[in-house]
Amino acid sequence: MPKVPLLHPTRSSQNLRTPLFVAIVVCGNLAGNVLLRAGMGGSTALPALAPTAYLQALLNPWVLLGVPLLIVGLAAQLALFSWADLSYVAPVTSIGYALTAVAGRLFLHEPLSMTRWAAVFLITAGVALVSGTVPSTAGAEIYGARR
Amino acid sequence: MKWAMVAVIAASSALADVLQSAGMKEQGEIHDFRVWMAGGHLARLMRSRNMLASMGSLAVSFFVFLALISISELSFAVPATAATYVLETILAKYFLNEHVDWRRWAGATLVAGGVAMLML
Repeated sequence: MPKVPLLHPTRSSQNLRTPLFVAIVVCGNLAGNVLLRAGMGGSTALPALAPTAYLQALLNPWVLLGVPLLIVGLAAQLALFSWADLSYVAPVTSIGYALTAVAGRLFLHEPLSMTRWAAVFLITAGVALVSGTVPSTAGAEIYGARR
Repeated sequence: MKWAMVAVIAASSALADVLQSAGMKEQGEIHDFRVWMAGGHLARLMRSRNMLASMGSLAVSFFVFLALISISELSFAVPATAATYVLETILAKYFLNEHVDWRRWAGATLVAGGVAMLML
């Protein structure tokens, strides 16, 4: 019996993997940035030319949790780039900006002005438009992809 | 000076994404997502000229951004990133040969406008 990778895609899993990886990029960046902000919240501003201050900040427990999440987000984005167009991935993953603003309003009770609501609407409309297109339009063969 | 820095940040971060996208497609579609395969993927990426150039481009973007926020407000610097959505769409069409229909143009423009407005 031929050996098949455990996560080798079937047709149905291929349909699901783009939204799944977009969700991982968005959640990884969102949670990572929130944790970084929580970690840096109590500290004073970092001087631009003091590497030890940056190293100390990296040892904060919140920052230590946030950095791996940002790395997961970056890895998922690189994987997305292996099959999806840049002109698809970049706008669609920007939904994180809108989610951050709405999450701040819902969970942290931060004020959200009419301008910001309009911005959330514009971003959501833009993401909805782009996500209605086919994720991949440029054939991998033009890059001389390895098969 | 500030606007020249904004232009450099937008151009270098858009270029980094274009190079990453080209580098990943050069490697071929990733099918195997088992964690222990990550090392192999990473080793191949480190040999890609596109990926190495994208890291250089990201570094330029990062350090010019640090320089910009040292002479201006964050509320001025962050909307600069908004322009990259439109710039990336233009580069994707002409350098990556992606098919960019009206929905992608409109979507990228709406997102760019929205991100810029969020900082107001």
